[in-house]
Amino acid sequence: MRPSDEAELADILRGADAPLSVRGGGTRSAPATGAVLETGGMAGLVLYEPGALTLVARAGTPLADIESILAGEGQRLAFEIPDMRGLMGTSGVSSIGGVIADNASGPRRVQAGAARDFLLGVRFVDGRGEVVKNGGRVMKNVTGYDLARLMAGAQGRLGVLTEVSLKVLPAPETQATLVARGLSPSEAVAAMARALGSPYEVTGAAHRDAGGEAETMLRIEGLAGSVAYRTGRLRDMMGRGWEVEGAETSAARWRGVRDVAEFAGRAGSVWRVHLMATDAPEFLAAVQAEDGAPALLDWGGGRIWLCLPDAGDGGAGRLRGALARLGGHATLVRAASDVTAAVRHPEASAVAAISDGLMRAFDPKGLFRGAA
Amino acid sequence: MELPPADARILARRAAILAGLSAILPRDAVIADPHELKAYECDALTAYRCLPLAAVLPRTTDEVAAVLRFAHAEGVPVVPRGAGTSLAGGSMPTSDSIILGVARMNAVLQTDFDNRFVRVQTGRTNLSVTGAVEGEGFFYAPDPSSQLACAIAGNIAMNSGGAHCLKYGVTTNNLLGVRMVLMDGTVVDLGGPWMDAPGLDLLAVVCGSEGQLGIVTEAWLRILPKPEGARPVLMGFDSNEVAGACVADIIRAGILPVAIEFMDRPCIRACEDFAHAGYPDCEALLIVEVEGSPAEIDEQLARILAIARTHNPVALRESTSEEESKKIWLGRKSAFGAMGNINDYMCLDGTIPVSALPQVLKRIGEMSAEFGLDVANVFHAGDGNMHPLILFDANKPGDLERCEAFGAAILRLCVEVGGCLTGEHGVGIEKRDLMEVQFAPADLQAQMRVKDVFDPKWLLNPAKVFPLHVSAGRRAA
Repeated sequence: MRPSDEAELADILRGADAPLSVRGGGTRSAPATGAVLETGGMAGLVLYEPGALTLVARAGTPLADIESILAGEGQRLAFEIPDMRGLMGTSGVSSIGGVIADNASGPRRVQAGAARDFLLGVRFVDGRGEVVKNGGRVMKNVTGYDLARLMAGAQGRLGVLTEVSLKVLPAPETQATLVARGLSPSEAVAAMARALGSPYEVTGAAHRDAGGEAETMLRIEGLAGSVAYRTGRLRDMMGRGWEVEGAETSAARWRGVRDVAEFAGRAGSVWRVHLMATDAPEFLAAVQAEDGAPALLDWGGGRIWLCLPDAGDGGAGRLRGALARLGGHATLVRAASDVTAAVRHPEASAVAAISDGLMRAFDPKGLFRGAA
Repeated sequence: MELPPADARILARRAAILAGLSAILPRDAVIADPHELKAYECDALTAYRCLPLAAVLPRTTDEVAAVLRFAHAEGVPVVPRGAGTSLAGGSMPTSDSIILGVARMNAVLQTDFDNRFVRVQTGRTNLSVTGAVEGEGFFYAPDPSSQLACAIAGNIAMNSGGAHCLKYGVTTNNLLGVRMVLMDGTVVDLGGPWMDAPGLDLLAVVCGSEGQLGIVTEAWLRILPKPEGARPVLMGFDSNEVAGACVADIIRAGILPVAIEFMDRPCIRACEDFAHAGYPDCEALLIVEVEGSPAEIDEQLARILAIARTHNPVALRESTSEEESKKIWLGRKSAFGAMGNINDYMCLDGTIPVSALPQVLKRIGEMSAEFGLDVANVFHAGDGNMHPLILFDANKPGDLERCEAFGAAILRLCVEVGGCLTGEHGVGIEKRDLMEVQFAPADLQAQMRVKDVFDPKWLLNPAKVFPLHVSAGRRAA
């Protein structure tokens, strides 16, 4: 099924009585079970006002189209959307609806915010086949409940997005990255905390450790003069051992962090862990103890990408055991089909009851229950 | 303003309910004396008042849970209250409800500069959150103009904004987690000192739900390093259209000022008479502020001034000292006081797409003549959040009603041009009956289904947000 507009989608959902596999571009997650319902027919730009930093698009609009329209005006989506095709082994074209449904955010999330923070409004069709609009196209809007943000990250479990309205930002003139080599995870996390706590507006703080070649990186973006100034000040503050890389190298480096490129060709279960940044070293010590599994720390250590062996529960017990003690959550992003772990982190029972209640309220027929 | 009729069965049991509350809470935490209850009959929307059944001021999350468990069992509505500064009547009680105030829960529980968050009890005032972290060079970004008095609890309930949202966002963008008590007394943690939700983003829908889903007792708030400095520039133009075009050009040029404030002639004149800030005599005035080191500020301001000059400003004043910066902001910050000096006023809070600014201001001017009431406009121009101030005389029969009708007409206009009824104050009771202007029945049903899940008996702040005839079936159930 491939509805060409919202009304057709509503008809389909009103009539449906068995689980559906709703697909945007099919780039981000494993397909759900059920009859395939594609959103790509509902595409196109609805409105773009560069002077108001606002863009409205139908949910099936290819992300690349939106990015190129924005680039034409020197603007961008600031939450730095990861391209997951390499990591997931998927092909196809990412859609803006899928990006929002997944709350897909990259390295800049630590400073600028996540996809949900740039979402101004949505239209969607719930599991009853009701068309719902929420939010709007203005930056400040507290009229009624914020269902738009609830839809962000819900991965289609409450309804199918048909239109999203986003705040966009000026693209920076240039960027630079400070790099230090050979830091331990705890040294790196401390250094990143210092940088992120400085007034120099660090828009990326990551640490990779692939085969004993640890690199810690700090990104600065903005107007040319300002980037030069802040890079200099930050380097002075960080002390010896930090080298400056120019715009081109910097951009390539952060694309790699954004897309988790180093796990792309590597076998294993890929986990995305969110925790308090300063807990990262202890967490890594707990989960890497046996096999020294490779890790990529983003968000100053607040997000860790891990690749664990594809066996048994894919490391779920180890990871989630450590998080039960430290706090935070782990999502299984990619795994071999025989890995037994739950994709989503278990919620406390009272919270799970609310989430369940919402899913029943918006999707009483269970059409979206198959969503991975 | 219509309120649901009081439940006579609850009023009849007042003594027993008070006894029940007194058994749960320390003696000084239960307020039953009608004179003392006067303090809780309204919030900052003072036109509407009603004495509650009782007010309670718990000191801990456990006490909040005990009160809610009790009220839930008794079927008594509960109206949460932060500092009582709501301009929308968000914490206005009904006569059969218990006010639950969190004002005594105002401790800072944890400051963590490495992870850049602070955990506070929600009775703490907005400004004192910054006060707790500024010694280390940090601040809490959302800055509603009531920040000296307003509580974090209310900020979360209303998803409060402020003047610096263009760069830093509003409450929801700076809230990492909450500890919240559900109406049945269950305590849940949503989020925490890490980013993003593992499942549904329940925190997102709690923020801005006007105290209808639960009572938030603790919050993890994101704190940010203070910029090295900030400096405003003041620009005067001879028409609203030109000022609006200048704002769009600045934004299009790739500069993101931390604030862009807009004032129209009536507002400029009133502020000037009141504060003597030295504002030029012109149709429209912009205050644009940028942040960074002195050199970065120079770089950004040079570009902004070059853009402004292409619009033939009648005045252009760049601050060269702390003193001058203060003076530029002085008039703007005293806008509400200046209006209060002239007359009674009603402050609106609609948001419009920035591009609709000239058209909307023109229409408001025409309506001002039609309604026979003066209006002054002050406006967060970067994000489209308007605060038209309608002047009226509360002692003149019919003036308040005329003012309300004018206000409603302006808010309808905001929706018509693609905006919304409220940008940062919330719906409360004030805009409750206008919700159908912005939302179709299915939109409101979807929102109410969320409340059904969190508060199935509709006991938390039930008479707010949704038009009474729309929520009637649920409240009666």
